[in-house]
Amino acid sequence: MGAEFVQFSLTPILIGIFSAIACALPGNFLILRHQALIGDAISHVVLPGIVVAFLLTGVVAAIPMLLGAAGAAIVAVILIELVKRLGRIEPGAAMGVVFTTMFAAGVLILEQTDTSRVHLDVEHALMGNLESLVWFRAEGWHSLLDPAALAALPDELLRIAVVCAVVVALMLVFWRWLEIATFDEGFARALGIPAGALGFGLVVTAAVAAVAAFDAVGSIIVIAMFICPPAAARLMTNRLEQQVWWSVAFATLSAILGYVFAGYGPLWFGGQHAVSAAGMIATVSGVILALACLLAPQRRRIGIGREVV
Amino acid sequence: MSPFVDALLLQAGYNAALVAIGAGLLGFAAGSSGTFLFLRKRALVSDAVAHATLPGVGLAFILMVSLGGDGRSLLGLLLGSAATAWLGLLLIEWITRNTRLAEDTAIGAVLGVFFGFGIVLLTVIQTMSAGRQAGLEGFLLGFTAGMLFEDAVVIAVGGSLAVLATWLLRRPMTLVAFDRDYAAALGYDVRRIDLLIMGLVMAVTVIGLKLVGLILIVAMLIIPAVTARFWTQRSNRVIWIAGGVGGAAGYLGAVLSASAPALPTGPIIVLTAAAIFVFSLLFAPVRGVLAALLRHRRFQARVHRRQGLLALAARHPIREAYTLRLLAREGLVRPDGVPTDAGRAQAAKVARDERRWDVAREIHQDAGLTGRYDGLTPIEEVFTADEIAEFDRRLGPPVAVEAG
Repeated sequence: MGAEFVQFSLTPILIGIFSAIACALPGNFLILRHQALIGDAISHVVLPGIVVAFLLTGVVAAIPMLLGAAGAAIVAVILIELVKRLGRIEPGAAMGVVFTTMFAAGVLILEQTDTSRVHLDVEHALMGNLESLVWFRAEGWHSLLDPAALAALPDELLRIAVVCAVVVALMLVFWRWLEIATFDEGFARALGIPAGALGFGLVVTAAVAAVAAFDAVGSIIVIAMFICPPAAARLMTNRLEQQVWWSVAFATLSAILGYVFAGYGPLWFGGQHAVSAAGMIATVSGVILALACLLAPQRRRIGIGREVV
Repeated sequence: MSPFVDALLLQAGYNAALVAIGAGLLGFAAGSSGTFLFLRKRALVSDAVAHATLPGVGLAFILMVSLGGDGRSLLGLLLGSAATAWLGLLLIEWITRNTRLAEDTAIGAVLGVFFGFGIVLLTVIQTMSAGRQAGLEGFLLGFTAGMLFEDAVVIAVGGSLAVLATWLLRRPMTLVAFDRDYAAALGYDVRRIDLLIMGLVMAVTVIGLKLVGLILIVAMLIIPAVTARFWTQRSNRVIWIAGGVGGAAGYLGAVLSASAPALPTGPIIVLTAAAIFVFSLLFAPVRGVLAALLRHRRFQARVHRRQGLLALAARHPIREAYTLRLLAREGLVRPDGVPTDAGRAQAAKVARDERRWDVAREIHQDAGLTGRYDGLTPIEEVFTADEIAEFDRRLGPPVAVEAG
């Protein structure tokens, strides 16, 4: 746990943790509202959003990419709603039509433009490149107190930390509203809570989290981060507050274990090279969910398996 | 001739022709089998199935290499992908049935985790056989470089089998898609037929991996079915229209992508299908947006015409500009709102029908007939001439609408 760890592993692990938490928090509500697949749709439209932002600005910079992807998510939500209403099509199919089309358009634009000089290729976008986000200037733990070295931290870390903080702040501010609107939308409306706008805001927040995490884990694996930790947490408890804490714990655990297994796991088996950290994080979160499905105290639906003997 | 026409007529080279024919067949199979998924309201299960093929591809490659094989045999890779896709499908079912998690959560979890694990395997493979690029990444978005004859045969045979299976199983699958309880009452094993539908979808997904890639294949299952729904209300026609849409999108998409550089096959096929979808959404007869708009306009006109005529009969002035324009266009009023002779006659008719309905309600107590009164249905459609004559006898002679 010396200088090498700080240089090569500390920042990716932190980025992984922040991404996982930023995604898991809105994921809790998406799952409870039966909108888990909005996460699926968002994660697919992040790619076209980023591509269009890149085309318009010509640079790979954080702010335009965030705006582009959030814009794409909003466009997707509106289009899904339009297709649903105009065509009288069920939500799942409407989502499928919209996000695949937008994704296909994103890939097409990407292929049509010369983006080879920047790290904006399809595979990175899908798989992420957590391993490359290292802190070159670090020389050991004492670098954490060295302003010059701190200035050389990867931008991605600051970005995801800020986004994570914003997501946490939004959750805290809107907690009561979210809680009420999630479980009883009619009651929420009766209280004067703008439930529609709240739901829309939740989706946009999820989109922003997805974009910020996109750097680290790629656009598809984000789905696992949205869904697995909250789903596992859902099986642990009946209380929303505790569920959110559990989901944060599971998200953190997935990020740390996933990164460690990806980086050091192959060495234990005599391998030479690390495997995809993002993929491993998703895998670990899946294993946690599987264990929760088999063992968690509240895994059953109320009323199932409780026949009087 | 332009490259597009060349490709359209299969004259743009052997490989392009193979791809176009294969894509057409695959599109037909995907469209027709995807219809059941759509009717069953489980369209996005196919997304999880598609993403769950990735670890299978990786595992099959590793297995084949460790057995001393080449590792790139398409059939082997497809078998592997089918295995994990099936596992993913069973997991979704298991999670939904045995835990409190909803199906959408299960779909998302399986999709993300299987895909993530697949990526892990891909990185393992990259390091494992360094120098011998497996090129498995092509399965993500489809291979743009074209196909081998062997691949085309796999797609053609697989696609035809899928279409055949769809045709053979269309009765039970339609039944389950529309009314599970009725199907169960008829003695069908609903769960097994559900799995059959999924199996068919999985087969199409696996066959389409090479051409469209696992991220976009879901579009070929969903978009044609949704599109076909605009054109008909009959389930047996939906299947074949969806097949036709899918086939056309596959063929045209492949042709388009062959006719110019930097047009990747998979995305172009999806965008072609999406274009057909948008066209149908807007212009389909009955269910399209334009048709609905026209219907609304016609309805609006009928309401305004009737209200205007009733106002004339009661000798109220018409203030609504649209009503006035409408009646003026028919020559029923002058532009200043004064009724013409024809207008007075029509107004008298409408007013009299209104009174006939009043009488009808007194005579017929059953709501089955008088319930059809909505102000727009002509009374002649509901009652016979004899009955109307009876109403008129009670009403007395017609009343003329006074001029001015």
